[in-house]
Amino acid sequence: MDFQTPLAKVRGLGSAKAGTGHFWMQRITAITLIPLSLWMVAFTQNLLNASHEEIVTWLAGPLDTVLAITWVVAAFYHAALGLQVVIEDYVHTEWIKISSIWVMKLSFLFFVIAAIVALFKISMMG
Amino acid sequence: MVEFLLPKNSVLKKGKEFPAPKNAMRTKRFEIYRWNPDSGENPRIDTFHIDLDSCGPMVLDAVLKIKNDIDTTLAFRRSCREGVCGSCAMNVNGKNSLVCIKAIEDYEGTIKIFPLPHMDVIKDLVADMTNFFAQYSSIKPWIETQTPAPADRERLQSKEERKKLDGLYECVLCACCSTSCPSYWWNSDKYLGPAVLLQASRWLEDSRDENVGERLDELEDPYKLYRCHTIMSCTDTCPKGLNPAKAIADIKKMMVLRQQG
Repeated sequence: MDFQTPLAKVRGLGSAKAGTGHFWMQRITAITLIPLSLWMVAFTQNLLNASHEEIVTWLAGPLDTVLAITWVVAAFYHAALGLQVVIEDYVHTEWIKISSIWVMKLSFLFFVIAAIVALFKISMMG
Repeated sequence: MVEFLLPKNSVLKKGKEFPAPKNAMRTKRFEIYRWNPDSGENPRIDTFHIDLDSCGPMVLDAVLKIKNDIDTTLAFRRSCREGVCGSCAMNVNGKNSLVCIKAIEDYEGTIKIFPLPHMDVIKDLVADMTNFFAQYSSIKPWIETQTPAPADRERLQSKEERKKLDGLYECVLCACCSTSCPSYWWNSDKYLGPAVLLQASRWLEDSRDENVGERLDELEDPYKLYRCHTIMSCTDTCPKGLNPAKAIADIKKMMVLRQQG
């Protein structure tokens, strides 16, 4: 039997006092990604007809290295925030929800670190 | 986990068909969702052919005609028949509305009437509003003050301050907006939904209220407020022409301002 009142159910564990940071950073990273992605598209277009050596030389340039790292961090941060919302929306079994969010976030962190290390290595080659 | 299919006992079956009277000149076909919890049967769609010459002009008139003249077992809510009580909210041809202010002639072809989407059904077109009204109670929809009211008059408000409540106070809590919101469908146990957030905004905007900070504290939650993904179905469907999506955006703006401002 369930004698809990509807109001008690709605109030649940109360407000988490969180969410604004998530909401705000999703917008900030989205706006940041507009100019960064324009640069990324232009850069990727150049890659189509470039040799390996030319690509390494471009990426090793200080501005391009910084822009590439910023794009990687902003894109993965933005994607992690977005995917977290998708998982929260559609997965309703608590332990699957919490664990899949953390698996996703830690995987993305791993990819970001891998990308930054790769970019540093290219930077050293140039 | 994620559910993609309806449970077996929710799958719709074809129901009874009630033809129009033989002498009827102008008829309209209505398909209506029927479910009786006591029958143990699946929900069904009954078809009614209504003689428009002996029926009022609104969709509610047709529903009332069915109950009065054709099938008295049809269950639905209605009261004011002029769009101010919010009782007769139903899903008509895929869009939530108050059927008392929707004209039959505005719909081409068959009119399909269902209960408000993704709500538990009590019977036929009657949705269970328990959770919705509990959510409304949870935002404390009344004035909260520390300063005692003036002894000789009401709490004053300028015309400009009162104007801020326009577009918010008119809500009749019919739940058309909340039950049109996909985010509310998936998480109505935790997400407050557009109607309740519009009401929360009504009290946040009230110049006489002294508890804005506490109200924002209560709303600051990944589910209560931030399940809104600005889908805009709420604003699209509101039969009173209100804009719950904007009210929610204003609450989010307040949240950001008190952290960044």
